[in-house]
Amino acid sequence: MTDWPRVQLHVVTGKGGTGKSTVAAALALALATTGRNVLLCEVEGRQGIARMFDVDPLPYAERRIATGLPSDGVPDGPTDGAGGKPGVVHALHIDPEAALLEYLSMYYKLGRAGRALDKFGVIEFATTIAPGVRDVLLTGKVFEAVQRNSRNKGAIEYDAVVLDAPPTGRIVQFLNVSDELAGLAKVGPIKHQSDTMMTLFRSPRTAVHLVTVLEEMPVQETADGIAELEAARLPVGGVVVNLVRPRDLAAADLAAARTGTLDRDRLTTDLAAAGLDLSAARLDDLVDGLLAEAHDHAVRRDLEDSQREVVAALDRPTYELPRLPGGVDLGGLYELAEQLRAQGLA
Amino acid sequence: MSTRARVGPQTGRQHAPLDVDALLDDRGTEIIVCCGSGGVGKTTTSAALALRAAERGRKVVVLTIDPARRLAQSMGIEMLDNTPRPVSDVDPAAGGSLDAMMLDMKRTFDEVVLSQATPEKAEQILANPFYIALSSSFAGTQEYMAMEKLGQIHADAQRTGTYDLVVVDTPPSRSALDFLDAPERLSSFLDGRFIRLMLAPARGPAKLMTAGFGIITNALTKILGGQVLRDLQTFVAALDTVFGGFRVRAQKTYALLQADGTAFLVVAAPEPDALREAAYFVERLAEDRMPLAGLVVNRASPAPQGDLSGDEAMAAAARLRADDPTSLTAGLLRLHADRTRMVEREAGLRARFAKAHPEVPTAVVPALAGDVHDLAGLREVGGLLAGGVQGSPVHR
Repeated sequence: MTDWPRVQLHVVTGKGGTGKSTVAAALALALATTGRNVLLCEVEGRQGIARMFDVDPLPYAERRIATGLPSDGVPDGPTDGAGGKPGVVHALHIDPEAALLEYLSMYYKLGRAGRALDKFGVIEFATTIAPGVRDVLLTGKVFEAVQRNSRNKGAIEYDAVVLDAPPTGRIVQFLNVSDELAGLAKVGPIKHQSDTMMTLFRSPRTAVHLVTVLEEMPVQETADGIAELEAARLPVGGVVVNLVRPRDLAAADLAAARTGTLDRDRLTTDLAAAGLDLSAARLDDLVDGLLAEAHDHAVRRDLEDSQREVVAALDRPTYELPRLPGGVDLGGLYELAEQLRAQGLA
Repeated sequence: MSTRARVGPQTGRQHAPLDVDALLDDRGTEIIVCCGSGGVGKTTTSAALALRAAERGRKVVVLTIDPARRLAQSMGIEMLDNTPRPVSDVDPAAGGSLDAMMLDMKRTFDEVVLSQATPEKAEQILANPFYIALSSSFAGTQEYMAMEKLGQIHADAQRTGTYDLVVVDTPPSRSALDFLDAPERLSSFLDGRFIRLMLAPARGPAKLMTAGFGIITNALTKILGGQVLRDLQTFVAALDTVFGGFRVRAQKTYALLQADGTAFLVVAAPEPDALREAAYFVERLAEDRMPLAGLVVNRASPAPQGDLSGDEAMAAAARLRADDPTSLTAGLLRLHADRTRMVEREAGLRARFAKAHPEVPTAVVPALAGDVHDLAGLREVGGLLAGGVQGSPVHR
């Protein structure tokens, strides 16, 4: 069962290098259960979604990119285990200039003037100078996708929207559009529009999830991010701990590995018993290597464990994803999606 | 380079090694710019390079953007005051020194305005809501201000001789390219057609107001409201007086980056996205005739010792686990298999980069098991950057 049944808008943020885009993509796959439509949005012009799903660069239009993770965990089957049609993940690459033009024609019927604005460089001006304006446009499109209902003819209705958002350091500024705009526009339509959006962002229909790795700086940034989100009255979701090292060594063994007191003879005996047909020299070399690797791993685990305690003290629902040694390809995304679903983020 | 840390198979054959110490020791190197996408360890790399250069006798100042709290503390730069401060506990034996500072973006911008405009005009600009938005969050302001500060420090250093090497960390931008584009973007933005239009009524007779401008003001009034438009016009008119100054400075900085004394180091992690950014950046530097010193690949998985393949290790682990599910040896074999797979994957990624950019000298820095948050840690990273095995987690 999901921990977030009421959430329609999942915002995924995290420090650079923590894998927030990977987590956002995996979450979208995990949310697309039987018969459900999920939209995965990116706003940073990176075309990261296209690369992850191995498709051509995305235009400013909703595209079907993948079949959701079926209930039985086997992707791409004609039906899932429950006998229904698996869900669908759509993707949208939001470009601020295109969003502004669309916005002008949609809300102000500014077809001709919109183009004139573009011609005179106003669009570039507006989207460059005032980050508030830029963010209103980017989040405005996301807002529109979440708010859609049967009155919007021809448009796909989504059960959930996942936003691959800007990094933790900028997330509050990004979502807190009405405050950002307040200094610039105290009244007027754009102010009204941003206030409406804030109602959704501050509601229980939104959750901002933070992705981190078990290292000091990202964890610190996560803690700061949570405090900032709370201060801005934005709903904090879960903490996704990514790239976690395997945890199959016992605590006593880890301690011994750190101090270099692991039982060398036991290793040698075990390796022989495991049927490795190695010369004495190669075996010796391998044991040396395993001991050195054990030491590095133990030091790393020590760091991870201490940071895991810091994460636990944040007192948020926490989800852990393993580091995939082979890197994240489409298969890897489904593997991570399965983990997220099993742990209840989706 | 026989003492080089082993990272991945056939390390030496994939790329020319980057001789970090030669770069740091060359008195002709006046500026080192570390750039790369977010989260690849740029700040640590710049701090480590600066410390190593200082302990090899250079008079160094390092300009960082957003260091980890404990690293900032250990360098004594928690205060964001835009002034370089000496870092204590740097080994002075070789006659060098190290100062560090953290960039205050808004303050740097304010200083530029104050230096360019009359006090009265400056006050008007600093209080304008558009200036406040622009100076605190313009996408690119941080990049532009990092360049601005670099220009200032370099000019001061040349005049006073306080420093002979400036190491710059670049902002954690979405894309490494933002950093190069920012000064140009800000300058072309201030030079833009729209700004000229906004200024037209203030500058000349009303007949300059074109029909196009009418449509625009009407549309903007409709969307933003009249007050916003008036603020915008005031801002643009006030900023107009400092335009010339901005452009000249941006061009100067750009020229400084192209100068022989500058060395760009592209920093990446052994991940497809980071290396892709690095490749774009390498191409872009060449296009703009910026001097590229090399590529630093951080956090590489250290090569496993012994020649047991990942598959063999996994198979052996499975056999051991059949008898004892909690077998320590099986756990270690699995770690070995993971590391082997990661090293192979990373080597493949680097080989692809080297194939496309064979001319780029590369330093591969193995991942440290723990965090870097003090001078000892920086020294260790510096040693690894220079290809030494000192403190390396790779034994042998």
